[in-house]
Amino acid sequence: MTNAAGFPILSLITWLPLVGCVIIMMVRGDEETIASNARWAALWTSLIVLALSLVLWVLFDQSDPGFQFNESVSWLPEYKVGYKMGVDGISVLFVLLSTLLTPICILSAWDVIKVKVREFMLSFLILETMMVGMFCATDFVLFYMFFEGVLIPMYLIIGIWGGPRRVYSAVKFFLYTLTGSVLMLLALIAMWVHAGTTDIVTLLHTPFPASMQTWLFLAFFASFAVKVPMWPVHTWLPDAHVEAPTAGSVILAGVLLKMGGYGFLRFSIPMLPDASTHFAPFMFALSVVAVIYTSLVALAQEDMKKLIAYSSVAHMGVVTIGMFTFNFQGIAGSIFQMLSHGIVSSALFLIVGVVYDRIHTREIARYGGLGDRMPSYALVFMLFTMASVGLPGTSGFVGEFLVIIGALQVNFWLALLGGMGMILGAAYMLWLYRRVIFGRITHADLRSILDLSPREWAVFAPLMVLTLWMGVYPSSFTSYFDASVGAMVQHHTAALATTTKLAGMVH
Amino acid sequence: MTNWTLALPEIVLAVLGLGILLVGVLRKQDSTLLCTMFTLGALLITALLVLTRSTGFAFHGQMVKDAFSGFNQILILSGAALSIILALDWNRAQGIARFEFPVLILFSSVGMMVMAAASNLMTLYLGLELQSLALYVLAAFARDDLRSSEAGLKYFVLSGLASGLLLYGISLVYGFSGTMDLMALRDLLAHPANATAGLVVGIVFVLVGLAFKVSAVPFHMWTPDVYEGAPTPVTVFFSTAPKVAAMALLLRVMGTSFASLVGAWQLLVIIVSIASMILGALAAIGQSNIKRLMAYSSIGHMGYALIGLAVGTAAGVRGTLVYMVIYVFMTAGAFGCILAMRRQGKAVEQVSDLSGLASNDPFMAMAMAVFMFSLAGIPLMSGFFAKLYIFLASVQAGLWTLAIIGVLTSVVSAFYYIRVVKVMYFDPAGERFDPRPASLTVVVAATGLFTAFFFLFPAPIVAAAQSAAGVLFH
Repeated sequence: MTNAAGFPILSLITWLPLVGCVIIMMVRGDEETIASNARWAALWTSLIVLALSLVLWVLFDQSDPGFQFNESVSWLPEYKVGYKMGVDGISVLFVLLSTLLTPICILSAWDVIKVKVREFMLSFLILETMMVGMFCATDFVLFYMFFEGVLIPMYLIIGIWGGPRRVYSAVKFFLYTLTGSVLMLLALIAMWVHAGTTDIVTLLHTPFPASMQTWLFLAFFASFAVKVPMWPVHTWLPDAHVEAPTAGSVILAGVLLKMGGYGFLRFSIPMLPDASTHFAPFMFALSVVAVIYTSLVALAQEDMKKLIAYSSVAHMGVVTIGMFTFNFQGIAGSIFQMLSHGIVSSALFLIVGVVYDRIHTREIARYGGLGDRMPSYALVFMLFTMASVGLPGTSGFVGEFLVIIGALQVNFWLALLGGMGMILGAAYMLWLYRRVIFGRITHADLRSILDLSPREWAVFAPLMVLTLWMGVYPSSFTSYFDASVGAMVQHHTAALATTTKLAGMVH
Repeated sequence: MTNWTLALPEIVLAVLGLGILLVGVLRKQDSTLLCTMFTLGALLITALLVLTRSTGFAFHGQMVKDAFSGFNQILILSGAALSIILALDWNRAQGIARFEFPVLILFSSVGMMVMAAASNLMTLYLGLELQSLALYVLAAFARDDLRSSEAGLKYFVLSGLASGLLLYGISLVYGFSGTMDLMALRDLLAHPANATAGLVVGIVFVLVGLAFKVSAVPFHMWTPDVYEGAPTPVTVFFSTAPKVAAMALLLRVMGTSFASLVGAWQLLVIIVSIASMILGALAAIGQSNIKRLMAYSSIGHMGYALIGLAVGTAAGVRGTLVYMVIYVFMTAGAFGCILAMRRQGKAVEQVSDLSGLASNDPFMAMAMAVFMFSLAGIPLMSGFFAKLYIFLASVQAGLWTLAIIGVLTSVVSAFYYIRVVKVMYFDPAGERFDPRPASLTVVVAATGLFTAFFFLFPAPIVAAAQSAAGVLFH
């Protein structure tokens, strides 16, 4: 087993959180001791994992479009399934996103979560294992295990620590995503039977017959479209977001939605080039509807979290437009947009969490004039509002801009309608900002509201730095996936050319 | 050459059972604990004998010892041992602790071992009746409890009917083929001309009789009532070992003797399998009694396991065998948690009684959650792998209908499994349960670890199932 790090770093990053779980489970004592130990153990574990994942950041060879840090262990030899791990340019930054957001979530929940602290921290660490493992897996069965395994901790996080309608939301989340996943399982099995292996690298170079591609694409679509979520299967998302605790919303928006986009990029587009091309107009249509319709819905929301949840659907619509342009700018833009959205929407949910922890309501009308009492909060909120709108200089701009360039090469109207998201986004975000921060304080309890605490600063600081960094100097991130995306586009064009040639020979 | 030494495990177990019975009868003071321990010892000795087996035919082809029989016998013995351990403290608390209990389970296990090793329709029937006779008594073991007596009677009547059907089928097969030997039947049916209509009718009756034993739809009616009425440790036994034995029989009979007639019975098994999956998924939704819920759940699971038979290939059989292993351990574990549901000395069995268990007893709640997620087939739990192998086999054979219905019903059934998790984790804490006996903790922890960490070591079990399946469907 040789890789750049010299040790099985991906497995270490994946499974280390479970070691933290074991430590947390071994803590004995009264409730307060357990809670405090669980918090610190979880934070340290996730920080160590973050530090380890930075090794990936440093040692990753940006010129190599293939998988790196590969590991392979025999697992189910009879079925030709192996425990295989590896990251390429597309997945490496998502691993980092997951390992970055986990400690932030743990920190944000520090004294917000008061009941069953131990279980909360356990759930988060298990969730981290699943997320990182999913982005690292280079075997389809392994990928599927992690992909679906995410459901268990997330179900518990929403259901135990969520709001009043948590049970409904948790069950809806679970069943929606499970329905999608099991259809993907069938696709997985079909590919497995066809190719005789579940190794993703091999599958990437296995041609599938066109009729089979259609079915496979639809099965993948069922799974990934629910996860992204695309209109019209997005309805679980606002419910889940509104009821989930802040940390749950953050991880949901930050990483879980990206699993759908990642799935499209990893499986649908490169493995099923013909079907992807065939279904691209369909995907564009759904995405454009998502961008415009959910933006309008966001405008009408009275709950801050719900507004941001709908804005997530709209932003992910831009991501799916970018992917299915099949050109370099479009795909690179969609990856960048996912990373940016992972940071910005996480930050926005944290921002809602800050005032929710103080006033215990998310109703927009209950706020107003916070700029007066909470200047630092207003500043942070401003930055992320601008990033969400897509102001040049913030991360949000780069992704959307690239996607629109990509879309222009396909169709002018697609680019125009996709770009509408930026305008509508500006409308609902700025309006939200105005209603919460500006104006006069009309509610008495807002007069004594406290500004950001040092812990909250610690939560926001890394996100602010990243947002600006990604906006000002995007190539330090795009350089990671340039080679992989380039290879992917090339592969796609070549695959289509082969099909056309074959079709020409038949006729 | 009778070669009776091959049947040594069954003989030893039967003799030890008689010995334990004598001990129980002749000793003046209460000997429940002693007999239980002896029985566990006897099961262990038998398991070792099975593991060190040699292969071949015994008693002029009446019994066969091969990888397939060994695999199932070990599983049957494990199920029996788990039930006996789980029964120990529960029976005492219910005031039904008598030494006959482990002995009956032991004799039933002898019957099942014979079933797993039967190579002749007559041996098969004898084994089946031996296990059933013991099961009738076990179902009515709490003889002062009306529900238990009812369960025993119900099981007796319906099982008697099924046995009758089976016997009728056997006689038809014999009448139209002139042999009851499974191998001879296989050779005979290799020529399609020998597959007369009467023989096929006989096969259908055999199939129906055995479908009753695995409680597959539409022969499942007894299951919820018997599961609910019988003392819970008996329910544990009902839902583990006899299912394995009956499934082994089905696989053996269909996979060797009637393998060449797969076209004749495949559709039947497909329909039974689909009906079981759908009923198991839908009927459990409305259940408030957790034992009934588990009964419908087991009907559904048998539907999944039958997919492997419907596929009619070695890969399918392998899938079914792996399924049964995983099923036995997760079901026994889930029942271990159910047995711990006891307040002020009284057993409670409503799903709502689990309310807020996560606060009162985090260990048990976590274990139960593991079993529920596993029964629902969510990775990384073992239940996911069980379904994966089954669906893989069915897709390989081109039976997409089964795979599609299978995954959809598993989503539907996930609803009631996660509802149990919801009650334990999301609902306010109810009254605490009585302290758990150590025996329950041990079984729940062991099966829980197996269920949660199966993904680390699937290879040995799959390899064993592979070699067992290789015996059938050459």
